[in-house]
Amino acid sequence: MNTHEIEDLDTFRARVQSFIGQHLDHRTRSISLRGGDTDEEQLAGVQHDREMQRSLFDAGLAGICFPREYGGQGLTPAHQAVLNEELVSYDYPAHLQSPSISQCAPVILEFGTEAQKREHLPRILRGDEIWAQFLSEPGGGSDVAGAVTTAVRDGDEWVLNGSKIWTSGAWWSDWALCLARSNWDVPKHRGLTVFMVPIRHAGIELHRIELLSGMNEFCQEFLTDVRIPDDQRIGEVDAGWTVGIRWMFYERLGTSSPYMTMPRNAHHDIGLAARSVARDAGRLDDPVAKDLIGEARALTLVRQQLPKRLEEAITAGAINDQAAAIARLFGGMVATRLNTIAFELAGPAGVTWDEADGATAGIGTDFLIRQVATIAGGTVEMARNVISERVLGMPRERTLDRDVPFREVQRARNGQ
Amino acid sequence: MIVNPTDEQEFFRETTARFLAERTPVAALRQLRDDSFGFDPQYWREGANLGWTSLLAPVLGGGSLTDDGVVDLTLIAGEFGGHAAPGPLASTNLAAAALNDAESHTGILADLVAGESIVSWCGIWFRQDGGPETSVQLQADGSDIVLNGVASPVEAAEPATHLLVTARGDDGLSQLLVPTDAAGVKKRPLQSVDLTRRFWRVRFENVRISRDALVGGQGQAARAVERQVHLGFIIASAEMVGAMQAAFDMTVEWAFDRYSFGRPLASYQALKHRFADMKSWLEASHAIADAAASATDSGDPDAAELASAAMVFVADYGSELLQECVQMHGGIGLTFEHDLHLFLRRHTLDRGLYGTSAQHRQRLASLAT
Repeated sequence: MNTHEIEDLDTFRARVQSFIGQHLDHRTRSISLRGGDTDEEQLAGVQHDREMQRSLFDAGLAGICFPREYGGQGLTPAHQAVLNEELVSYDYPAHLQSPSISQCAPVILEFGTEAQKREHLPRILRGDEIWAQFLSEPGGGSDVAGAVTTAVRDGDEWVLNGSKIWTSGAWWSDWALCLARSNWDVPKHRGLTVFMVPIRHAGIELHRIELLSGMNEFCQEFLTDVRIPDDQRIGEVDAGWTVGIRWMFYERLGTSSPYMTMPRNAHHDIGLAARSVARDAGRLDDPVAKDLIGEARALTLVRQQLPKRLEEAITAGAINDQAAAIARLFGGMVATRLNTIAFELAGPAGVTWDEADGATAGIGTDFLIRQVATIAGGTVEMARNVISERVLGMPRERTLDRDVPFREVQRARNGQ
Repeated sequence: MIVNPTDEQEFFRETTARFLAERTPVAALRQLRDDSFGFDPQYWREGANLGWTSLLAPVLGGGSLTDDGVVDLTLIAGEFGGHAAPGPLASTNLAAAALNDAESHTGILADLVAGESIVSWCGIWFRQDGGPETSVQLQADGSDIVLNGVASPVEAAEPATHLLVTARGDDGLSQLLVPTDAAGVKKRPLQSVDLTRRFWRVRFENVRISRDALVGGQGQAARAVERQVHLGFIIASAEMVGAMQAAFDMTVEWAFDRYSFGRPLASYQALKHRFADMKSWLEASHAIADAAASATDSGDPDAAELASAAMVFVADYGSELLQECVQMHGGIGLTFEHDLHLFLRRHTLDRGLYGTSAQHRQRLASLAT
């Protein structure tokens, strides 16, 4: 595309403002880890988000950084940043961002065939298809490449068997990217293949997982003789790890992704949330409470600034793109600390409550599920490996599964 | 340090970096250990020629190369931290900012900017709520002003020709330029955790001075003082981050060089994960310190919050990082012979001079309403 076709940022901003004025309401709800919504309410929320995505698409504001030939706008991360700035405090299609638009769509864009890209990317960007990730398995969390869900070729089809887990929102999603083992006789990273799988498909049985907080967005799937045509394969046979590395890179980008439409500083008020909790706990004049509020505010401000620096440094080539793991690690550690601060501020009102209590209500449940911030989307331990090995260049951990056929790798205590 | 300096900024920073590497290598710093001033006047003059003292004094027509004088000053401060460089960088620049903003005593300001004389801002401490306070009392006496009280710590009070004194009178805060040889100014040297930066406790005993010494209106200095402490936070944060970067780089090198049990330290996951944490604190420190400086240049209303957030974060996580660097070195990290302590010292000094992190948390709590 010629650069002169790129809409200038001021014109773009005016267009965004006009769209927001006509189509969006102020945001009143947020995706919560506490659970409590009925399935009907959750499905209505997803449907609402699909419609919002459709209106963004129709207004030329969906898929800002995706190429125009696949339904995107062919614009730049700077345009996405403008959109995200203007969205502050407004409703946005939250259910459709991660993993559908910010992880699955970029993987399809990077590795899909022309036909795959033309079929799916416009539908994703229009809100017609929501994608999930069939990535983790019950037998392995961080060791993603150790997948044992099996894909066996049968003519023009593949037959998939196995189980996937931690697929957020799979029960209301349409498609999934699935990482499967296509070859057991080569080392683990060389025997994987990625497929596009319709979720409502013969042989896929889906279960909901209830988290300890009551939230039941996550799912587990059991795949039994699921037949997938070869033209739904992403990338080359047995080259799935090439795809997987980029896939997890997009995942680690998290809210730093240039593909994500979400209000800038959507977490901005979390430091002030500490203040709301202190207020509703009647502790605003308590110097100990003020100390915690100040700490929360400092951490929130630092967490806001860090990804900007990393993006600039990556763009300038001052640091490699694996440095995105620094924001993932830091964001996780800050989130757990902010959670603890809110819990400390709430005191007794955080462990027993009436919904009418205000900001203190439910804080105890948030505390119970605190570690979600350092587990979901790749653990901080994996982020620490990435930072030390791929950013600082320290020696890789020794593994026992690298140069042997995956079939021979020990996968459990008793040898299997 | 900012990621995307302009060519001019990069040249400016690089010039100071080369000058410091040449003039204050570690061996030279060690020799200054027992020097009563901690720096050589010629060194300071040459540094002033590189722009160290002019960035907050655009009234003289010099000022910054760019419109971002505060960011430019943080480039210098970062190099000071990274070289544990001697000299009263912050206190002279804060005095320059006060004289510049009040367009007062421009002749003295010109000498300060040229590095011909030292003018040091002195003796602010912080109340429990994080607000700046002084222990020097001002009384009007006819056409004169009389000062009594103690300012401490005052950097470079002995080599300075003048002190910028913040004093409290019945009408509020005032600032005055007091010659260090005025009758009743008593200076007592202090010990310092830093190897080269020197501080004095200055007692004002019925120091009588003309109203001409006022910088800005009498009783009108509250805003100026708030700006000076704000700039102090910015300079200190940048210098602390510079020291953290130097210590971290040194420690990463050590982890690759040092072998135990037939492997480099850098190959142990227990240590690699701690390096990853340190790296995240370091990048986060750069990010918040730079954001605070940049917000100050652009007049962003969030600048005060960002500056205190930087002081909280860079102080607490910076100390954690530096002490981790000592731990990674083991016994050698505790010795005077090793260079690590130069940076630990500089960070420790800076985090102590501009309000404790607890006070900055109180400031943030008050601002976040």
